[in-house]
Amino acid sequence: MKSGTMAEARGNRAGDPGLPPVRPEFVRAVGDAGHIGEIRRPLSIWERATNIASVRRMFILVVIALAWQAYAVPLNNPLMFPSFSATAAAFWDALLAGGLLLKVWVSISVLLKGYVCGIVIAMVLTSLAVSTRIGNDLLTTLTAMFNPLPAIALLPLALLWFGLGDGSLIFVLIHAVLWPLALNTHSGFMSVSETLRMSGRNYGLTGLRYVLLILIPAAFPAILAGLKIGWAFAWRTLIAAELVFGVSSGSGGLGWFIFENKNELQIAYVFAGLGTVILIGLAVENLVFRTIEVRTVRKWGMAR
Amino acid sequence: MQPEVAIDLPRPAAAAAPLLEVSGVTLQYKTKEHLVTATYRVDFQVYRGDRFVLLGPSGCGKSSLLKGVGGFLRPVEGRIVLNGREIDRPGPDRMMVFQEFDQLLPWRTVRQNVLFPLLASGRLGRAAAERRAAGYIEKVNLGKFAHVYPHMLSGGMKQRVAIARAMAMEPDILLMDEPFAALDALTRRKMQEELLQLWQDTRFTMLFVTHSIEEAIIVGNRILVLSPHPGQVKAELNSHQLGHGSVGSGEFLSLQDRIHGMLFAEQVEQDEVGHHG
Repeated sequence: MKSGTMAEARGNRAGDPGLPPVRPEFVRAVGDAGHIGEIRRPLSIWERATNIASVRRMFILVVIALAWQAYAVPLNNPLMFPSFSATAAAFWDALLAGGLLLKVWVSISVLLKGYVCGIVIAMVLTSLAVSTRIGNDLLTTLTAMFNPLPAIALLPLALLWFGLGDGSLIFVLIHAVLWPLALNTHSGFMSVSETLRMSGRNYGLTGLRYVLLILIPAAFPAILAGLKIGWAFAWRTLIAAELVFGVSSGSGGLGWFIFENKNELQIAYVFAGLGTVILIGLAVENLVFRTIEVRTVRKWGMAR
Repeated sequence: MQPEVAIDLPRPAAAAAPLLEVSGVTLQYKTKEHLVTATYRVDFQVYRGDRFVLLGPSGCGKSSLLKGVGGFLRPVEGRIVLNGREIDRPGPDRMMVFQEFDQLLPWRTVRQNVLFPLLASGRLGRAAAERRAAGYIEKVNLGKFAHVYPHMLSGGMKQRVAIARAMAMEPDILLMDEPFAALDALTRRKMQEELLQLWQDTRFTMLFVTHSIEEAIIVGNRILVLSPHPGQVKAELNSHQLGHGSVGSGEFLSLQDRIHGMLFAEQVEQDEVGHHG
């Protein structure tokens, strides 16, 4: 402090070229900011609309539909590539008359059974893996073995074991959901910060309460990512499985709908079936998972 | 520059038994390649109402000692006894405040964060816990932010919540691991003042780890100076007569110099050893 002021004084007097010049001090009264102009301006409707993600995404969908129509109409080959309007008409027809909703329901009910079973098994395995060392080794080995194995490749075996029906579908669905979810959940648990862990143990939490009250919420971003991936894998596997052996319980699901219409060369209906798969995927992503995300990890500031 | 907070207090009857007794504690922990001895046969006693500071350069094992008292690290030698009971695991009778801002549960609001340990440990019923949590949140001046999630708070506010959460448990001893080290200088000073004010109000016992000599003198009433690699007791000094008001006074500076000398001398010795070896 003292030497600083001395050096300054010296610099001032001697005019040492290495030192910055000493400038006069000033203090200013900061007045009213009114004359500066706009400090806060409401955004225009256009700016606000383009700020909404769903509006921007809707726009992309519209552009895709327009491009499709623009390509398919001059092509004029409904057998190979039906237009967007023909697909939409087929979709509408199938919805009203073709029992599309029933087929969707058949697919989704099987899907949900497999999905829930997969989640439960994944939670048991990962809880085991975080609490014991051998459980950790078990999970790591099993995921390394089975995660690369496509669920659909197990279908012949599943048919042999469980016969033609929901049982074999659920078996392959569990396989599709379990490994990616377990892998994500486990890496989520592993990345929970040491401070948070110590806080939890400081409260005297142990065992299952520790997992439920500290680890699961803290790892929730990773768990949610695992749930999303698991959902997509399950959906794919189900449609593929239905395409292979179709009717499982009476009426058959969405995959069967696609397969059947292909056999009858109703290609617009095949497109409509594929479109339904996509629509359900979009709806689940944007309604279910987005809502969970907004209410949890985003509210908690754990994800943007 | 006059003392705002009268820190000088007569000690409670010196005959009282110590609350925390650390005797001959050697702590070791494993890294990937080494077994590191963090402290070697450290002794100290903390009495009820103490603001006991563990001071030393990095590598002196002060944080390890705190973790030992917290029950996160078992001593390989010696005993840590709190209230006549040997410490063998973490527990809510010793609440910890960490340096890191991520010690709060991000999925709970300020109020829920303070409430959670009270309920999780079964210490209080719902209504009583709510009342106590509200009281302590008010004490750290966060009443307006009770329903806000931690990610919306500044670093200083997060540390206040952590302090409120720890104090609301009314633990036997508060363990503070450099709680203000990651804060800017102005906020740190304010937090130190608030902490001392809280101590004036409730007279809790705390064990406070820091590497700042100034902070040690201001916050503490007794300072344990540790030498590094491994941590050994170098001195135990009194600073109960010194606080924010006495920064820059002769007594403050001389104590600061004394401690500085102790830590700095160690440095020189080590450098010399390094040169010869």
